[in-house]
Amino acid sequence: MGSSIGAAGSRSESQAKPAAISITLTVNGESRTLSVAPWTTLLDLLRDRLDLTGTKKGCDHGQCGACTVLLDGRRVTSCLTLAVMKDGAEIVTIEGLANGDADALHPLQKAFIEHDAFQCGYCTPGQICSAAGLIAEGRAKTADDIRELMSGNICRCGAYPNIVAAIQEAMDAMGGRR
Amino acid sequence: MTSSIGTATSRVDGRAKVTGRAKYAGEFNVPGLAYGAVVMSTITKGRIARIDTTQALKVEGVIDILTHDNRPPMASDDKDYSDDVAPEGGSPFRPLYDDRIRFNRQPIALVLAEDWETARFAATLVQVHYEVEGFATDLHAELERARAVDKPVKPRGDASKALARAALRLSADYLIPAEYHNPMEPFAATVIWDGDGKLTIHDKTQGVQNVQRYVCGIFHLKPDDVRVTSPFVGGAFGSGLRPQYEVVLATLGALKLKRPVRVVLTREEMYGLSYRPMTLERLALGASAEGALDAVMHEAIAMTSRNEDFSRNDTAWAELLYKSSNARYVHKLAALDVVTPADMRAPGAATGVYALECAMDELAVALKLDPLELRLRCYSERDQGSGQPYSSKQLRECYRQGAEAFGWAKRNAAPRSMRDGSELVGWGMATGVWEALQMPFATRILLTANGHVEVSCAATDIGTGTYTVMAQVAADMLGAPVDSITVKLGDSSLPQAQVEGGSWTAASVAHAIANAADDLRKELLALAQTMPNSPLQGLKLDDVVLADGAIAAKGDTRRSIGLADVMRQAGVERIEKERGSDFKEDDKHAHNTHSAVLAEVKVDEELGVIRVTRVVNAVAAGRIINTKTATSQIMGGVVWGIGMALHEEALVDHAFGRVMNANIAEYHVPVNADIHEVKVIFVEEPDSVINPLGIKGVGEIGIVGVAAAVANAVYHATGTRVRDLPITLDKLARPTGSGDLELGQSRAAKQ
Repeated sequence: MGSSIGAAGSRSESQAKPAAISITLTVNGESRTLSVAPWTTLLDLLRDRLDLTGTKKGCDHGQCGACTVLLDGRRVTSCLTLAVMKDGAEIVTIEGLANGDADALHPLQKAFIEHDAFQCGYCTPGQICSAAGLIAEGRAKTADDIRELMSGNICRCGAYPNIVAAIQEAMDAMGGRR
Repeated sequence: MTSSIGTATSRVDGRAKVTGRAKYAGEFNVPGLAYGAVVMSTITKGRIARIDTTQALKVEGVIDILTHDNRPPMASDDKDYSDDVAPEGGSPFRPLYDDRIRFNRQPIALVLAEDWETARFAATLVQVHYEVEGFATDLHAELERARAVDKPVKPRGDASKALARAALRLSADYLIPAEYHNPMEPFAATVIWDGDGKLTIHDKTQGVQNVQRYVCGIFHLKPDDVRVTSPFVGGAFGSGLRPQYEVVLATLGALKLKRPVRVVLTREEMYGLSYRPMTLERLALGASAEGALDAVMHEAIAMTSRNEDFSRNDTAWAELLYKSSNARYVHKLAALDVVTPADMRAPGAATGVYALECAMDELAVALKLDPLELRLRCYSERDQGSGQPYSSKQLRECYRQGAEAFGWAKRNAAPRSMRDGSELVGWGMATGVWEALQMPFATRILLTANGHVEVSCAATDIGTGTYTVMAQVAADMLGAPVDSITVKLGDSSLPQAQVEGGSWTAASVAHAIANAADDLRKELLALAQTMPNSPLQGLKLDDVVLADGAIAAKGDTRRSIGLADVMRQAGVERIEKERGSDFKEDDKHAHNTHSAVLAEVKVDEELGVIRVTRVVNAVAAGRIINTKTATSQIMGGVVWGIGMALHEEALVDHAFGRVMNANIAEYHVPVNADIHEVKVIFVEEPDSVINPLGIKGVGEIGIVGVAAAVANAVYHATGTRVRDLPITLDKLARPTGSGDLELGQSRAAKQ
């Protein structure tokens, strides 16, 4: 029988919380000024402070893609994005994708329902935001391109073939190339 | 009116899921919410000598830190910690109960703070002093100590003798590593303290009433005081069948603070929950030169925990697939210092059928027979053990339609004989089989005078499509459009449901709805017949149908009355009927679903990189309620099977007793680029014996046989047989017969 110290071991740094910083973000078209601790990720800000729980937390390590949002039009993993670093940025989440019209659906949202491109639905907002970013990038020409460029978004239910079909249909509907 | 059952209806909860409005367990933001962060043990076995929370408690915003020393009272009997899915006779794990450490990453403290970041930071400051004890986590080192467990399938004939005298003997060992469910949604619970000891619990679970009973047992609460909801579940695959520790921790927090508490596990913490146990499968087949099986011996040795014996049917699947006069099945368990394993998609079958179907492939090679032809020669029309016929078994048709869709006839039998440029091409096949189960469920139908219908049940929809199939069945039974029906699920206060598992939910809820709809029709007929000059006068229950918002004579829609009129005339605002599924016992047939899986792989000859380029999965599973969502279920199963074959493996450092790749990047799961063409075929399979609607369920059958089909395709492509999953490129390169697991060889011997 031996002895062992686990968890953090000894720490000498201060236990005071870091001071909050004021930032302004445009979230789904609405300007929000917020006081945010520097350790707060964009993901936790959206989910816990703004009640925009459509953006999902799957791993908090940038490994699964469930937290994907559009930041100044580009797809980013919001769990790896510190909110204070994005002062002035424009954020679009799944709730705002259809231009804020609560009853309207974006072509990707329609195509995801039609092609059954999800089962449990938890990766879905991230898949859809990632696909919107992909279409804006204009890089995907073929189904193989879509598979490769959507591989940062894991779907454990295994809806991948339907996700590819849905994105192809939405690309066509939006006049994008494939 | 056209039937909704059998159509490709889009998910009724699809809009909520694509707009982000579907609320999962960790997403109920309520005023005064406190956030919990877990501290996990860093040792595998021993006891906690002391937990020092001084530094952590100094952090501004930390409210409290719960440990075994200061938590609210918990029950002291094992029975209070049991649940509907717990192994019998075990001692379930009790989170934060005492100072014992039983497995690595065991939860040992809960830091409660005003926000998540503070809780998580403070958790890193908790210092734990342990007394460390020796432990065992390596199945391979414990094989000799494994004990046989009692299983229902008994030996037939004398398998050893039959094997010894068989014209051809094949024996081989296969290994499936521990695999983790890794649902996309982390386990989470939001527990709302309502005052007066009442709790509302939003938990990630496959069974809200199971969690309700569990929480009531541990905390000695009354069922009326605990409501558990789980309206949306972000994947579970078996990990949510038993209650997990987040709900205990969040409840402890809420009881201690008397305020709402949320606990969301990190991805790493989910590697301290449950998993598919590592299993060694030992197969021995004896056959005649013509390919008739004389002997089947299947022994499985799997890991379990020291406190509970978890096992499923790994070994007896040959009993359902292949004729043989002699068989012996043995299941052994080795107890390790680990958390108890759990059901994971097609538990037992995913692993046991993988081994059986690889062995059948090896036998076909030894016999110089086409592997599909061998299956047909051994095809069984009866359960070998009971001698009973199947309620339905269209497996021959699965083989035929699957082979045709795949183009199997063009296969060149010799390994390494097919190519596509620099890649070797391999074609492999396997059979799948699962049980067609059904359980007592109850549903309630509420019809209001404005024509709206609400159907409710405490069942859950873990992505399987329960919401949608319930709406479809209700639509057909009530003669109403699908979009006029609201389905309520995932709430312990709703009519009784079993956990969502085993592929039994669709059949079970469908019959409960059909029965409740019968009662509703009966009452509507009685009310309609009290109306003056009722056109339905003299008709019996079987003579009338509900269609297009009316009750009408069968075959004569002129004799009909609108339901709104019936209810208005009778002065009734609402009619509510609750009924159970009421299945008749059938002990004269075997009840199973079947499949034929055919896979194509392409292997880079120089690098060994394997791609699964095509899979055809032809399934016979009775009546399919929704062809769209059922296809997705099978497709998902195929993706899981590909992951099992090529990617998934928990890597344990046995010096520490700890999973090393406890995240979703280093524990590999299939990503989009890994999945190519997947074709799903549902073979017609009418079944009037199993239940009135002929429904069997499709949640598990999709994965069964897939790993074997891929493994057999890899052999066909490369001529190298890898028996220890996953088949990674390094294993293709290792010399035959080597390999640290010594699984590199099979023995095929001719008399």
